[in-house]
Amino acid sequence: MQSNSTRDLAVGVFVLIGLGALGYLSLRVGGLEITHQQQMVLRATFDDIGGLSVRAPVRIAGVKVGQVATIGLDKDLRAEVGLAVASNLKLSIDSSAAIRTSGLLGDQFISVELGGEDAVMQDGEEFTFTESALSIDKLIGQFVHNAGVSD
Amino acid sequence: MTFGDRPIFDGLECQLNKGGVHLLLGGSGAGKSTMLRMIGGLQRPDSGEVLVAGERIATKTEKELWQVRMGIGMLFQNGALLDSMTVLENVGLPLREHTKSSEKEIRSRVAEVLAAVGLHDVESLLPRQLSGGMLRRVAFARAIVREPEILLCDEPFSGLDPLNVSRIEALLMQLNHDLGLTVVVTSHHMASSLRMADQMILLRDKRCVAGTPEEFAGSDDARITEFLGEDGQAYLARLHEIQERSPR
Amino acid sequence: MTGAIRKLGAQSSSLIEALGRIANFGGAILSSLPKPPTRFGFFIRALYDAGVLSVALILLSGFTVGMVLGLQLYTTLTRFGAEGGLGAVVGLSLIRELGPVLTGLLVTGRAGSAITAEIGSMKATEQLDGLRMMAIDPVHFVAMPRALALTMAMPLLNALFITLSIAGAYLVGVTIQGLDGGVYISGLENAVRFGDDVGQSLVKSLVFGLLLGLIATYKGHACAPDAEGVARATTSTVVTASVCILVSDYMITAFWGV
Repeated sequence: MQSNSTRDLAVGVFVLIGLGALGYLSLRVGGLEITHQQQMVLRATFDDIGGLSVRAPVRIAGVKVGQVATIGLDKDLRAEVGLAVASNLKLSIDSSAAIRTSGLLGDQFISVELGGEDAVMQDGEEFTFTESALSIDKLIGQFVHNAGVSD
Repeated sequence: MTFGDRPIFDGLECQLNKGGVHLLLGGSGAGKSTMLRMIGGLQRPDSGEVLVAGERIATKTEKELWQVRMGIGMLFQNGALLDSMTVLENVGLPLREHTKSSEKEIRSRVAEVLAAVGLHDVESLLPRQLSGGMLRRVAFARAIVREPEILLCDEPFSGLDPLNVSRIEALLMQLNHDLGLTVVVTSHHMASSLRMADQMILLRDKRCVAGTPEEFAGSDDARITEFLGEDGQAYLARLHEIQERSPR
Repeated sequence: MTGAIRKLGAQSSSLIEALGRIANFGGAILSSLPKPPTRFGFFIRALYDAGVLSVALILLSGFTVGMVLGLQLYTTLTRFGAEGGLGAVVGLSLIRELGPVLTGLLVTGRAGSAITAEIGSMKATEQLDGLRMMAIDPVHFVAMPRALALTMAMPLLNALFITLSIAGAYLVGVTIQGLDGGVYISGLENAVRFGDDVGQSLVKSLVFGLLLGLIATYKGHACAPDAEGVARATTSTVVTASVCILVSDYMITAFWGV
């Protein structure tokens, strides 16, 4: 078996290109985070989370700042959602978390709107103001009901 | 060495002494190659024993067999050289795998054995670039490169021209004579093989008939006479006469 | 009637026997891995044969599949006014399924059959026996480097396939059909998540590479030592490996909880 230096070079290039493609897919496309930012988890309670799922994005003014880490029920059997965001994010304690839909029929995400207070939220604290998911059928039901009433 | 039995063999018993040149004869399908492979441990008997240098090998595991094979060199009918490796790499393979020799030492040893088989400047060739005779000789060189005690040759003369046949024959004799190698050869190439043998073993009817060339020459055994034919026996007899006069 | 049942029983037990043999062989390869010498040179050579020489095929196929996918999906999505989702749909279907499976099948046909043929002809010309007689383990010498190379090459080729496909779909959707490039790329990047999608792709291609490596080397080692035996083993490798890839694809997808 001859050790062919051209062959070895070709193998090296192949591996590099392959790893490069893999890296592109993982990091750019797949959004894998290799630099681990310090994260904190904030809690938010909702009456109805609609179609929200774990890993849904958390956005401020449309920009992604974190993702949904956990979804569960609290002791009052209301939906409690854990939001993982960067630790250095300064959200005033009267900020609100709302569940919105991207586009008309898109995926659901958490939209955070900042409040006016000076004090900021710390790790483990809960959002004071939350807005549950808008349910299309409830909306339609309400519309029909109102339309019926106004007649 | 003693042998056991197998469907090809049934009630086979045979003994090959150390330091001799043993010739396995027989028609096609008589089991010459099988017997050779049994000595090498590549084939196991269904029942019975195979003892090589006093060791029972029929029931050894693959790993245990390696120890035994360190002292055996085998020449396969088609050379069985690794076709993706050069002559140097092929012949040097046993050294590279099992000894701690340096590249230089390997290279010089390989050149040494290649010269012994009459080949020069072939180290960088691939097996497919070699002629039949050269291929056989390279395989031969590989089989003896680690100076084994036992040399097994499967049809070493088949398909070779007379010049190469006598070359290999001379080599076998020399190895046996100078280094005391036990040589076991399967062949149906009558003329040359008969010249070298100390013991001839005819495989027939799932058993064997063994004897010295003299015994075979003068034998009345129907199996022997049938195989050798008149010419064969006469040839043997003459050979014996010649050898009597000029001792080896 | 009993004849048919008997036949079924015989075939089942021979199937189990065959599985046992392959598992044994796999065990032999694994146990030979840590043993010296490392056979790095053979591994590199096998990686060249299985990987580098497959690149042209993978690049071409990837790009073409991407183009077809782009065309088909664009046409369908336009019907619902959802052509902006092209990037997302293309990316997800390629990364999760089409990439690893198609790469697996292509590499099986190209490299898998070549390896079986190579080892099989080594068996037929007694080269494997020659190795045994030199007290060299043929599994360690021949099978192990090749199986390892296939396992490693598969994810890399998969990544190349997917990347080229994404480019092919881009060509059709953006350059030809006029979809906005930014929408395509951002759709793609937003929809694809490493954990569920790229990770799954990676696991699948590794598993496929492992299966192919095992099957291709086993069939070469176990074939009948003549020309017909080698030919049969080669075909058998392609068929068996393809089926195993498809079945394990389903199992991994289901297990992952799509």
